[in-house]
Amino acid sequence: MEKFTRITAVAAPLLRINIDTDAIIPSREMKTVGKTGLAAGLFANWRYRTPGSRDEAPDFVLNREPYRHARILLAGANFGCGSSREHAVWALHEWGIRAIIAPSFGAIFAGNCVRNGILPVVLDNAVVEDLARQVEGDASSPPLTVDLVERTVTAPDGARHAFAINDTDREMLLEGLDGIAHTLKRDDAILAFQAQDRLRRPWIYL
Amino acid sequence: MPAFVCCYIVVVAKTLIDKLWDEHLVADLGDGGSLLYIDRIFLHERTGSVALKELAAAGRRVRNPEQVFCTMDHIVDTFPGRGDTTRVPGGTDFITQTRAAARAAGITLFDIGGDDQGIVHVVSPEQGIALPGVSLVCPDSHTCTLGGLGALAWGIGSTEAEHALATKTLVVRKPRNMRVRFDGRLAPGVTAKDMILALIGAHTAGGGVGYAIEFAGEAVRSLPVEARLTLCNMGVEFGAWTVVVPPDDTTFEYVRGRPYAPRGETWDRAVERWRALRSDDDARFDAEISLDCAHLAPQVTWGTSPQHEAGIDGVVPDPAGQADANRRRSMERALEYMGLQPGTRLRGLPIQAAFIGSCTNSRLSDLRAAAAILQGRKVASGVRAICVPGSTRVKRAAEQEGIDRIFREAGFEWRESGCSMCFYAGGESFGFEERVVSSTNRNFENRQGPRTRTHLASPATVAASAIAGHLADVRQLAR
Repeated sequence: MEKFTRITAVAAPLLRINIDTDAIIPSREMKTVGKTGLAAGLFANWRYRTPGSRDEAPDFVLNREPYRHARILLAGANFGCGSSREHAVWALHEWGIRAIIAPSFGAIFAGNCVRNGILPVVLDNAVVEDLARQVEGDASSPPLTVDLVERTVTAPDGARHAFAINDTDREMLLEGLDGIAHTLKRDDAILAFQAQDRLRRPWIYL
Repeated sequence: MPAFVCCYIVVVAKTLIDKLWDEHLVADLGDGGSLLYIDRIFLHERTGSVALKELAAAGRRVRNPEQVFCTMDHIVDTFPGRGDTTRVPGGTDFITQTRAAARAAGITLFDIGGDDQGIVHVVSPEQGIALPGVSLVCPDSHTCTLGGLGALAWGIGSTEAEHALATKTLVVRKPRNMRVRFDGRLAPGVTAKDMILALIGAHTAGGGVGYAIEFAGEAVRSLPVEARLTLCNMGVEFGAWTVVVPPDDTTFEYVRGRPYAPRGETWDRAVERWRALRSDDDARFDAEISLDCAHLAPQVTWGTSPQHEAGIDGVVPDPAGQADANRRRSMERALEYMGLQPGTRLRGLPIQAAFIGSCTNSRLSDLRAAAAILQGRKVASGVRAICVPGSTRVKRAAEQEGIDRIFREAGFEWRESGCSMCFYAGGESFGFEERVVSSTNRNFENRQGPRTRTHLASPATVAASAIAGHLADVRQLAR
């Protein structure tokens, strides 16, 4: 998995609340059994004029300069709620997004992010709105810096906002860990649990 | 000076979620992280296909294939006589690749044409794969449905599914504990669907974010198991990590005799253990809320989030009255999408389609409730009405009771089982700006079709509305 340490990049503001994974990638855009070829379907219902077309809706933020080059997304509360489809994260990553800053995230979506090299950053709604104002208010759209080592977001005006992230997720992103290989280091514990549990709850073992 | 020797035995009171967590704890990873043992894994052809494929590509094997199940529900067509060909673009690949991967991995597949095929969260309890106290995951957000049986069940992504398949565990951070008490008894015509919609309406679609939630209270205890599954199904629409109902005699009676349920002496041992699956009397919750269910009306959504909902006797609210700017903007956008004006009465809003199905409301009891309304009545002209039973077993059981005839005679299409038009995947859909009353779980923009306008409701309300040709109050039709 691609590592995440620190990025300085254009941030695109999309501050609607409850943006669901159906909106991030509609089901009809998931055309093959795989993780790739999904960027074109990102936000398809909002990004294109008509469903299924590739005719860009000029007002949509990711179709506008300089946000076409955004690597950071500023979003409203409960971003990524709804369907568990990891295609939403794969599509965001393939399009170029590496960090998403929002007041809260859908739980499955946030878990999918850290397993695919995207950092979900939780900051207060007022801070997210302030960041959005700063990137929107200046035509040059000054970049934000998201630093996972320091656990900070630095705003264009220089203000630094600390964010919390648990060690497991942080390590996964910083090291680009393969979760399965990492867990299998504890294989003895898993097998021991299973052996005991088989006696405790035999009905589980078909 | 006297010397005191004190001996404390500290017994920490636990919530149901604590107990389920501890029962599956393989290792404490520090900083709140846990390695949890996963008893059972369920897959479907939409997201499970990717997990199986990537796992095989990485040269890894499914650790305990006898504990892994897969069904075809998301992509498969629901027309009579269906096969592998579907109207979903690229859909056939999902079906054939899932079948091949399932066979190669040696897992149990409930395939198209088989007796046990159906929607994953309908099949799982029906087969006794989901049981009280099991940990069960599926790359599908509505896995929380199975909390209705007292299972610790939650939705995951495809990468996590690979992890669970390869290691029999998941790395999880323990959410905070919440208890929601549903007080009172439901009035006739009011259902579990109305309870969960009312909860989300009162506390928003993000109200449960960061929590594992126990659903408790008189209204929950008096629900049959299938209704508890409905209640828990939309826990994810409340933002919860998962939700769970303490298992009781109602649960045990439901589970007894199911194909994968324990039998004989093992059954007795299992029930004994399951009886301990309840929160201790003095257990502390990080948050507690309650909802009065005795005075609840049938609920219906008016917008594009499940939190956009009201009683059927209510009106479309005015965003101007919403103090929170983000919620106000969300309401304004929803009203534009839905083609509605503030103050419009919900009852009487003309509809063009009615849908009964999905992992929320497609079980036998749901179909019976709808049939009780439909019997001897006709769907209003101009309304397209479709019923998609949740599993092949549900469909056959309904046909044995003659329920299919009631649906057909009323003017409903009667389909093979699957997720069907709960969502639009490029195949079948409801029409542009058509207004659909639907027993499903998501009223998101474009969920059921391009610019389709979805109103979520209970199966009884869907049936009553289909007959009326507009959103209707089932209490006025009930016999």
